[in-house]
Amino acid sequence: MKDVTIGQYYPVSSPIHRLDPRIKLLAVILYIVAIFFIQKFVGFALVAVFLLAAVFLSRVPLLKVLRSLRAVLFLVTFTMIISVLFYSSKTAEPLWAWGIIKIYKQGLINAARMGLRLILLVLGPSLLTLTTTPTALTDGLESLLKPLALIKLPIHELAIIMSIALRLIPTLMEETEKIMNAQKARCADFDTGNIFKRAKALIPVLIPLFVSSFRRADELADAMDSRCYRGAKGRTRMKRLKLHFRDFAASFVMLALFFVILVLRYNWFGWAFVAALI
Amino acid sequence: MPIKITDLNYVYSAGTPFAKHALKNVDLYIEDGEFWGVIGHTGSGKSTLFSHLNALTRIQSGVIQVDEFTMTGNGGKKLKRKNRPDFKALRARVGMVFQYPEYQLFAESVEEDVAFGAKNIGIKGDELAERVENAIKMVGLDYEEVRSRSPFDLSGGQKRRVALAGVLAMHPKVLVLDEPTAGLDPRGKKEILDLITEIKAALCPTIIMISHNMDEVARYCDKIAVMADGELKLTATPKELFTQTGLLESLHIEMPQVTALACALASRGLDVSGAALTEDELVEEILRAKGVTA
Ligand SMILES: Nc1ncnc2c1ncn2[C@@H]1O[C@H](COP(=O)(O)OP(=O)(O)O)[C@@H](O)[C@H]1O
Ligand SMILES: [Mg+2]
Repeated sequence: MKDVTIGQYYPVSSPIHRLDPRIKLLAVILYIVAIFFIQKFVGFALVAVFLLAAVFLSRVPLLKVLRSLRAVLFLVTFTMIISVLFYSSKTAEPLWAWGIIKIYKQGLINAARMGLRLILLVLGPSLLTLTTTPTALTDGLESLLKPLALIKLPIHELAIIMSIALRLIPTLMEETEKIMNAQKARCADFDTGNIFKRAKALIPVLIPLFVSSFRRADELADAMDSRCYRGAKGRTRMKRLKLHFRDFAASFVMLALFFVILVLRYNWFGWAFVAALI
Repeated sequence: MPIKITDLNYVYSAGTPFAKHALKNVDLYIEDGEFWGVIGHTGSGKSTLFSHLNALTRIQSGVIQVDEFTMTGNGGKKLKRKNRPDFKALRARVGMVFQYPEYQLFAESVEEDVAFGAKNIGIKGDELAERVENAIKMVGLDYEEVRSRSPFDLSGGQKRRVALAGVLAMHPKVLVLDEPTAGLDPRGKKEILDLITEIKAALCPTIIMISHNMDEVARYCDKIAVMADGELKLTATPKELFTQTGLLESLHIEMPQVTALACALASRGLDVSGAALTEDELVEEILRAKGVTA
């Protein structure tokens, strides 16, 4: 077997890696909701510190986590610029004006808020995928969505489709590489010429790839059939998800964070003054 | 002109937790006209090593010389066009037949599939047709019968021959075959190996064959290279290698079945040499020991 990583799972052993995938999924959902409640910068700071602590615990290099921002860098910059340019106010004095372009202090603050929100929104889920194998994620999702089976949604089937797809991604990549190499050895040229020429050059790769994918799907179906696979009915699990103390501890920390953010937002018990002190 | 590999190193996924040192300081010299067998366990780096020969794998460090083509590494980065050999010419010179080559067929007809490589190196018209016809005939297929059939309708063994013909149509001078007999029945194996011998005599003088079958390499190859764990452990002739029991053991290599049988017979008191590498040799030995003259 070749060690091909799917997605971006970072294989080390850490308390975060060992958390139950269901807890991690729920925590990430809560995290995302929490971020939408944040208004004050101290809230962002709090979440950032929390995230840093989680990254530290996960033993994933910080740079690796930050790398996921590359994909959204353009989006973040673009959103921030737009929100600065389009902010306007009747009452406030612009900081800086040039023709119809006026820049307000509040505009800058809004842009910073938006930027921080986007960045934190990306980093949380990417820590999840860095510390959880796709298989574990699928298992977690299946388990969390199980109640939906009551309203006749084929949750188990969807989960098995997803795990097979995930399982086959590296195989397909490997296969693609093999076939490309075989055609390259016959002097196929994939990287010169215009877009049509390049698309056409892919035919000798795609056809064998389709052929072998269908063959593989057939074989897999036979293999599952011959091992009595009949869908979810009566199927037991080898690895049952079980909650441990660490899962309860993590849930508690996450809920506490969410609570603090709500307090900051709505000034429950008048405690938001704490933020003013910092 | 020969092939010369000097101090070749290769690391997969360098700098990640999956880093795998697949080739370690490999030096190898292959003369023109030799039939090399390459043996070693799965994962020992055989495929990685020979995919360097026609620049399918970019050199990370080391030098490879194939005839007039010299390739050097650039830390795994792409070389500038002017600093690297003409890949098309190189790939036409070094034909590469991968494991299960039948899975790379794609065209609508056998003829078209076989023509693909030759077309890519700029062969046209009558010469193309002639090369295709010769290649299909050379691999032992009935040209008139298969030329316009879909390659997907052929049997497994026929598909493999078509794939081989596709490489031969480029008229390579070095042919690298990665486990060409994998998944064939004993007869299919023998047919392919005999075919390779014919190809060597008629078209492509240098053959490099990766194999897991010791009887095959003992019977067909002039030289054997043994790979283990990314290192080239040893190069030797079949006689040198398979007669040294201690060496075989230390390299975890099995004897060819014929040689094992010869040794067994010798240890039971029959006066045969334990160095018989092929069936014919063994038969001759036994006849001699029994005092029968053929
Ligand atoms: N594309 C790849 N990515 C990562 N590792 C690889 C890749 N190809 C091969 N390897 C690894 O490199 C080593 C040598 O592989 P290979 O050259 O295919 O060996 P062999 O052909 O002798 O079986 C193996 O350990 C294999 O797992
Ligand atoms: Mg191999």
